[in-house]
Amino acid sequence: MWNELFLVPFLTGLGLAVLLPLLGCYLRLRDEWLAALAYSHVAAAGALLALVVGLPPTAGGIAAAGLAGAGKRLFSRRLSGGASYAVLLLGGWAGAVLLAANHPMAERLGHALFDGQLYFSGSDQLALVAIALVLALLLLRLLSKNLLLAHVYPDFFRIRGLRAWPIQGGFDLLAALFLALATMSMGVMGAFGLVFIPPWLAFRRARNWRSGLLLALVIGVLGYVAAFALALGLDQPFGPVLALLLIVIGLVIA
Amino acid sequence: MNSLLRAEGLVAGWQKPATQAVDFSLAAGEVVGLTGPNGVGKSTLLAAFAGRARIFSGRIEQQKGLRLALQTQDIPPVVGLPLSGRELLALTGAGAAGLPPWLAGRIDMRLDRLSGGQRHYLALWAILQAPADLVLLDEPTNNLDAAGVAHLTAHLRERAEAGAGVVVVSHDAAFVETVCDRVVLLGAGDVE
Repeated sequence: MWNELFLVPFLTGLGLAVLLPLLGCYLRLRDEWLAALAYSHVAAAGALLALVVGLPPTAGGIAAAGLAGAGKRLFSRRLSGGASYAVLLLGGWAGAVLLAANHPMAERLGHALFDGQLYFSGSDQLALVAIALVLALLLLRLLSKNLLLAHVYPDFFRIRGLRAWPIQGGFDLLAALFLALATMSMGVMGAFGLVFIPPWLAFRRARNWRSGLLLALVIGVLGYVAAFALALGLDQPFGPVLALLLIVIGLVIA
Repeated sequence: MNSLLRAEGLVAGWQKPATQAVDFSLAAGEVVGLTGPNGVGKSTLLAAFAGRARIFSGRIEQQKGLRLALQTQDIPPVVGLPLSGRELLALTGAGAAGLPPWLAGRIDMRLDRLSGGQRHYLALWAILQAPADLVLLDEPTNNLDAAGVAHLTAHLRERAEAGAGVVVVSHDAAFVETVCDRVVLLGAGDVE
């Protein structure tokens, strides 16, 4: 792990292990945990499309997920009850699989995106994750009170003249961009595991919101560190090891 | 008298009109009850005062810069959410001072681990104590026992004495009679 070859990937994943559980708590608050899978699949499709047309895959993935996050609200009336995420998930998956099936380079990247390619993260990816982490911590701190208020007292929120769209739309965009970045680094299921399981456990066990955020963060980071060491020691792909480890932690705690 | 809210010939509803034409006024420091049979449009009228329901005819005038707090019959979705009572109050800017003794000691518990009545009162308190000039309450005594109703009654009177206007929709005739300065019986005119 201390080998320089693995230090950059380890730090990249560590940043995401802090970011994703916190983001997951707010997605779970809004009953939108399925969004994590949806944005990850859209990001994967966007990355593959970018590769096929000769653009940087990371930029393609982030742009596609960003567009999905920003555009989701336009269709929210017709696609209520989480249907928008199901549509994005299916569309992203179908697009990614078709691109991978019809382009040899896309096929290789497709496998990497779905299996998780954390060990191939470079310093540019680490820099992106570090910037995203700082931004996420600042923005979630800013949005937190209003996201909670809009969920618990939607009428009070509206009559106080607070506008829902900058807060909720801003959060959608934030979630899409950060999930795209996470998908590019640790794969679709690795990112989803960190977004889903730590908040799920924290919501069951925590005494209050603040301790819930902290508990989700601790579970995410400990799970990530253990999975990184295990996957490296056993020479296994990182994504599935992380997912299995988080499931075991989940079953023990839940 | 300092009028906070005035409605003239107000007909409100959602897709279609749900109230008859209503004249209404509320002064600062006054508690006014809205009563009447089911379906007469009490909650719709309250929603219209809060700017949520559609106004089909008539008009509403509010004091400039009026801060509103609205309690609806919807139960805040807190089951499965790690949110404590203290955190709930902080969301609306309400304080814990003045809470009844049977609730004050549970303020740091998760809301979904309180009894239904305790949770309801805390959710109500977060609205009652929010910084506001006009407090709109829809069936606030639902799920409350006698101690809860007594505490709510006393607190509403204190809130009014401090200068807030309060509109209460309720089926609880004894509560309305005790707490309100004036009662508007929808469908039957204004009763002093």
